[in-house]
Amino acid sequence: MKKKQFISAIFFVLSGFFVQASDEALKDEETSGDLKSEIKAYIRHHLQDTHDFSVGSYTTEEGKKKHIGFSLPVILWDDGLVVFSSGKLKHGKAVHRVGSKYYKLYHGKIYQTNAEGLISYDADKHVTNSKPLDLSMTKSVMTMLFTSALMFFLFRGLAQSYKRNGSIASGVGRFFEPIVLYIRDDIAIPNIGKKHYKKYMSYLLTIFFFIWFLNILGLSPLGINVTGNIAVTFGLALLTFLITNLTANKNYWAHIFWMPGVPVIMKIVLAPIELLGVIIKPFSLLIRLYANIQAGHIVLMSLIGLMFIFNNWLGSSLSFVLAFAISIIEVLVALLQAYIFTMLSALYFGFAVEEHEEAH
Amino acid sequence: MEIPAIVGAGLVVIGVGMGIGRIGGSAMEAIARQPEAYGKIQTAMLIAAALIEGIGFAALFAV
Repeated sequence: MKKKQFISAIFFVLSGFFVQASDEALKDEETSGDLKSEIKAYIRHHLQDTHDFSVGSYTTEEGKKKHIGFSLPVILWDDGLVVFSSGKLKHGKAVHRVGSKYYKLYHGKIYQTNAEGLISYDADKHVTNSKPLDLSMTKSVMTMLFTSALMFFLFRGLAQSYKRNGSIASGVGRFFEPIVLYIRDDIAIPNIGKKHYKKYMSYLLTIFFFIWFLNILGLSPLGINVTGNIAVTFGLALLTFLITNLTANKNYWAHIFWMPGVPVIMKIVLAPIELLGVIIKPFSLLIRLYANIQAGHIVLMSLIGLMFIFNNWLGSSLSFVLAFAISIIEVLVALLQAYIFTMLSALYFGFAVEEHEEAH
Repeated sequence: MEIPAIVGAGLVVIGVGMGIGRIGGSAMEAIARQPEAYGKIQTAMLIAAALIEGIGFAALFAV
């Protein structure tokens, strides 16, 4: 009972932040007249990571744009630690001065500028201002922290219910127990083998639920796009890569550099291909998750935007039905992508700890 | 948005469609032959489909 009250207390505290509206004194430059380009800008804004946690914005009658949400801290490393609230950047309008340096937010990235906030371009329309190292707590970081806290409470509750009731789970964790068992019996043991699977179970379980929860959160109207961010999936694939190669035994490296059981000339031919495979296998994990989630979000938001473009009874209702059907598929894709990532990671771990078999 | 990139992406999507269609077809045949192995066949089919779809999406992003 105490755990439920604690979790609900946290939810209430967090939800209180959402009601606070931040004022915008200057007009937004992206309100162009054309509906299609406005929708495109909106979609692009939703796919990017923002430095403040805003769930939407609306324009008041005077033409001011108000954002619903709260500002997150901006943490930069620019020959020293610079911390300020992202509200000072005013969603890209204002230039913030810290000491002798000026910072401005442009298209989601923080650049160093001069006092007027000048962004200089080169011939290819790329920005040539220098960027400080951006370690801020952005919306994605907040979501990942929230998801890890959620997972921590859920599974700690499950583990403690085992302590209380013997081997019977109770509470919210009851839903996750068959999934945990499925990951152990059908993903970990067949791929890694009964001897070594316990080492990797914690990583596989974490990855599965982390990616699943983040994918589901990305489908909510809060506009949180975490796994559709290539940096996030890069980090996850990097973890799989590191764990595979750092816990591999001699057979694994022998299979890469000097494949046993083939003639010598084939061994020399196979070595660079296998070496490339070591990089490409986690890279495909990265691309698969990123592209699936990103493309799903783009398609879904474009279909919802199509509803507004049509603006009559027939077209809008058909677009709504299509968007609804695609949302259902996206829920399936969320689970499927988490499952595929976990299964392929387990497969790579199985390669790493494979024992020597006589008949190869 | 150049024309060759769009045509290339279209060809990749055709390839993905054909590949997943074939997997679905052979999965259906296998289930028809042995209805009690439905769960394992479905799992294997989804894994293969997701792998092919990954390549397909990577091509879509190249456009």
